[in-house]
Amino acid sequence: MADVLKKATRDAYGEGLVALGAELDNLVVLDADLAAATKTGMFKKAYPDRFFDCGIAEQNMMGIAAGLATAGKIPVAASFAMFATGRAYEQVRNTIGYPHLNVKIGATHAGISVGEDGATHQCCEDIALMRTIPGMTILNPADYVEAGQALRAAVAMNGPVYMRFGRLAIPVIFDDSYRFEIGRGVQLTEGSDVAIVATGLLVGEALIAAEQLKNEGISARVINISTIKPLDKAIIAKAAAETGVIVTAEEHSVIGGLGSAVAEAVCETTPVPVVRVGVNDEFGKSGPAVELLQVFGLCAANIAAKAKEAVKLKK
Amino acid sequence: MEESLKKQLAIAATRIRMSVINGTYHAKSGHPGGSLSVADLMAYLYFAEMRVDPQNPRWQGRDRLVLSKGHTAPALYGALALKGFFPVEEIDSLRHTGAMLQGHPDMKGTPGVDMSTGSLGQGVSAAVGMALAGKLDNASYRVYTVLGDGEIEEGQVWEAAMFAAHKKLDNLCLIVDNNNLQIDGTLEEVNSPYPIPEKFAAFGFKVIEIDGSDFDQMETAFRAAREEKGRPTAIVMTTVKGKGVSFMENMANWHGAAPNKEQTEQALAELEAALKQLKSN
Repeated sequence: MADVLKKATRDAYGEGLVALGAELDNLVVLDADLAAATKTGMFKKAYPDRFFDCGIAEQNMMGIAAGLATAGKIPVAASFAMFATGRAYEQVRNTIGYPHLNVKIGATHAGISVGEDGATHQCCEDIALMRTIPGMTILNPADYVEAGQALRAAVAMNGPVYMRFGRLAIPVIFDDSYRFEIGRGVQLTEGSDVAIVATGLLVGEALIAAEQLKNEGISARVINISTIKPLDKAIIAKAAAETGVIVTAEEHSVIGGLGSAVAEAVCETTPVPVVRVGVNDEFGKSGPAVELLQVFGLCAANIAAKAKEAVKLKK
Repeated sequence: MEESLKKQLAIAATRIRMSVINGTYHAKSGHPGGSLSVADLMAYLYFAEMRVDPQNPRWQGRDRLVLSKGHTAPALYGALALKGFFPVEEIDSLRHTGAMLQGHPDMKGTPGVDMSTGSLGQGVSAAVGMALAGKLDNASYRVYTVLGDGEIEEGQVWEAAMFAAHKKLDNLCLIVDNNNLQIDGTLEEVNSPYPIPEKFAAFGFKVIEIDGSDFDQMETAFRAAREEKGRPTAIVMTTVKGKGVSFMENMANWHGAAPNKEQTEQALAELEAALKQLKSN
């Protein structure tokens, strides 16, 4: 495994913004004093006239982004997931979501893998919060390759988009032939005994889990859901019908995120058991990110264990 | 100011006040007090100050108004209807199910509304973003944003003020409607933001204090704001909540209550009388 290329999705974000800046004169980037960490500093360096540091004032930043959008700009507002969606939730809801303005929110440092900074900065509820806003598109790319494509697609569409990026360098699982499309889930492995529906950095872990399960005689279908909203209900209903049980996996609370979205869709279309792997209604804690992911069960071993339990739930 | 313009503005302001009373009466809810305190300002902005085109509400070069104190939408709607952005008849269906005019301004549904507002403290940030876009594009349009005096208790207002001054947004004009009343009482009783002029000055604004019912003072103030270079302007205007309707003036309980039939008739009679006198002058 030592030769696996690892890159953080936030790097694709920073690099992608620079590339898009060359193509789109009306692309502007805002940050709230975290440009080095969110990687928007790369855009700042390339296009200083189109970069606005709003200082430590996320609520105001979201309003400014909304105002810029009304005048034809494509603003990308950056902060950590905690502050972009938590601190500024109501600004995003009322000043961006309600008028359906063309603002892209690119949040980094989502989830437990923030690591040492601990619970105050480990946002595991951002997807839940953003899902409740009508018309909000939510993208959570699985790796560096998908993150770059997701950013490009978000900027190309009209309307508000929440993009979730991570701090931690994680395996690059897709090559350049991969094609991201908003609203489309992607089946990554064939499988008939259980479907593992994963998002973000747990997609890579789900693929490893599927290999482990195969060795134990369990055929697991892995599906990457990088667009949480609008959800690809068809691919999930098909998986439910063909495998009879679903395991969801996300670096997010089991409340309100992918697990909830999948359970809602499955209940309405093809009722089968849904077992959720995620953060179980608790706050994070300090520690090295890779250790924390194990502690919180956000890893291949736990996904495989839950998949085995899930298979037993089948009638 | 020329007497003819002053008369025209006074008539427009009175019509806006009648619109506020009619709208909130038919809605059986709404915020007449603060709407009446900004009626003169709305008349001045739409009939003496702002470059807008009712036939082309989304004209890129237009001046923009963000009513950050969005609950006083009835005054904005009155001005927009009078200006010709939509038929005056819409006022009577304010806040009704399926109506165009929402309880708080909705930029998607109502021509002439430049930003959806209602949650206090947020509109001002959007106005700052519009002004920033104007600077980016070297556009000549100006951005106006109206805040309640109670609204400036919201911390976001000061985040926005800090940024606007930092970015030298001299195309931004912020107006504080200082009627000294919020829902729970006077500003001093609830959580005093005073002294307001000094606070905006400390944040880097040019500050002008005026009587919010005096069109001459408005003319002087808005001209000074247009001519100011390198910093935004805050116009702090002293107003009377409920202005123009005798039993509503300076009464906090008219912040968020609609007049009943008798009260509506009395209010409209007072405003009709005022209108008649203005026309006869």
